[in-house]
Amino acid sequence: MADEVVIRARGLTKRYGATLAVDHVDLDVRAGEIVGILGPNGSGKTTTILMLLGLTEPTEGRAEVAGFDPLRDPLEVKRRVGYLPDSIGFYDGLSARDNLAYTGRLAGLSRREIDQRFAEALERVGLPDIGRDRVATFSRGMRQRLGLAEVLMKQPSIAILDEPTATLDPHSTQEFLGMIRTLKADGTAVLLSSHHLDQVQSVCDRVALFNGGRVALAGSVTELAHRVLGGGYVIDVEARGTAVREQLAAVPGVVRVAVLGPEFYRVDCERDLRAEIARRLAPSCELTGIRFAEPSLNEVYTRYFDELRHAA
Amino acid sequence: MRRSGSPFTGVGVVLAKEAADYLSGARMWVLEALVSLTAIAAAYAAILSIRAHIGESPFLFLRLLTMAQDPLPSFIALLGFLIPLVAIAIGFDAINGEFNRRTLSRVLAQPIYRDALLLGKFLAALLALTIGLLSLWLLTIGIGLLMLGLAPGTEEMIRMLGFLLATIAYGGVWLALAFLFSVVFRAPATAALAALGVWLLFALFWSVVTPLIATLIAGPPQGIFGPNIGYLHTALALDRISPNTLYSEIALALLQPSTRALGPVLYSQVQGALLGAPLPAAQSFILVWPQLTGLVAAMILIFAVAYVVFQRQEIRA
Repeated sequence: MADEVVIRARGLTKRYGATLAVDHVDLDVRAGEIVGILGPNGSGKTTTILMLLGLTEPTEGRAEVAGFDPLRDPLEVKRRVGYLPDSIGFYDGLSARDNLAYTGRLAGLSRREIDQRFAEALERVGLPDIGRDRVATFSRGMRQRLGLAEVLMKQPSIAILDEPTATLDPHSTQEFLGMIRTLKADGTAVLLSSHHLDQVQSVCDRVALFNGGRVALAGSVTELAHRVLGGGYVIDVEARGTAVREQLAAVPGVVRVAVLGPEFYRVDCERDLRAEIARRLAPSCELTGIRFAEPSLNEVYTRYFDELRHAA
Repeated sequence: MRRSGSPFTGVGVVLAKEAADYLSGARMWVLEALVSLTAIAAAYAAILSIRAHIGESPFLFLRLLTMAQDPLPSFIALLGFLIPLVAIAIGFDAINGEFNRRTLSRVLAQPIYRDALLLGKFLAALLALTIGLLSLWLLTIGIGLLMLGLAPGTEEMIRMLGFLLATIAYGGVWLALAFLFSVVFRAPATAALAALGVWLLFALFWSVVTPLIATLIAGPPQGIFGPNIGYLHTALALDRISPNTLYSEIALALLQPSTRALGPVLYSQVQGALLGAPLPAAQSFILVWPQLTGLVAAMILIFAVAYVVFQRQEIRA
């Protein structure tokens, strides 16, 4: 079931009068996958999320979320999707428990389920003792964690998180990203919208780059880097033995070999040469690691929009 | 496209939460205290006057509600004035408050339709208003029982119950209007001001405006052969656009049983009638039925407009 597509959008379009907010977006998210959606403000990320949730009606195109059409079966979609909005709000006069019990009851949970899941969710987000406290006394970070607790309480098959770390300090951000990873470990598909590229890169399996309401690029960070930065593939090799550098340089297709440290080499290649490199080093060296060097998403993002500006 | 699932899914949950918020909120307590104090003071002042005339009227409890004693106006006049304010105060931030607290997208991301949120909130506000009015009604009867030493008759109870229902419907109209403005305007202050503006129009200026419009439509009030009936009917129809007029007509007919007609009366209509003789309660109810249904219809109509506007809104904060 890991390859099951749980979010599928085809030609999803949203117009507000003459303004085209989302322009024929195609997007797939598989079960247990974390997909990041990136893009400048106003590029259509949140509108796409709202259409996937059935909270706004697409002008064109269609979507399928957890096997249901958000336009026709919004209640079924919302039963299966946990949503953390970009700027989450709570009823300040109510306690954390009462706030989450309200949405829990709306989600159809029984009192017993609410009690049980509430305690578990608070434990997971690191706020085990605040159930009776009024939300008015909470910091932004606590509110954000409480929002994630609400998502967890629902035990959704899909979590949609819109800018979840935008207002968090670095330490809280790292903790929050850890919590997002646990969602993936539970088998939950996560659609994560964020401006923080390093964070997206650290948790996401794939990325969709939005620009002008369209998905301009989509794929893994390595694939995006290959398309945007060009210049072939970069492979990191960890190996011990004699003349490793020379042997690597002798592999057909290798453009350059750099020594990054003891027994650590970075190889620029014209294509994916991992298999050839492994074969070449096998007789005389001990190969301890070979993988694509992770390019920086920040670099990809900056280069892409710089090129767009120059083209304009 | 037809949506699956019931639009009422979650109405009960929203209603329970919102009613609890209203009934336990400081705002409601302040409003209730204000209305209760003024209305009870008016009833008490009326009792002092009524005590001197016990035995002169078979409808003492109704006089408790209608009699004015300087410097206080009557109980019903106070309610007519204060109920719109209470309803506006309850409803002016019902929806825009959710936008401003940024709770709307969170709540609507749960498996409910917008219909349920709006209807649940409105019913909760109406329930809170009803509980407040019912308490006030019972309190007034209790004061009457204690101070007059008499129990209200069946006819009086029926009329007072009808009056209570009319007051709830009247409050419902203003509540629906407050909800409409809370949907239309994102700023609660603007919504409150707009609702108060409409209230001022009907409470103070409508009676000034209607004769002018009626004259434009039907000619001057006085014709060559006496009063211009066309003018009277037009002025009355225009007057009845105001919920205040409908409510005061209901109060008049139900709480003053001798009222035989609401509007212009021709000689032919009162031939054989005993002037001052009370109408049976059923007859009074027939007399105010159009006004009562008018109030309920206005409440539903304004709520329906709020509903349509809310359905078309983007929910992004």
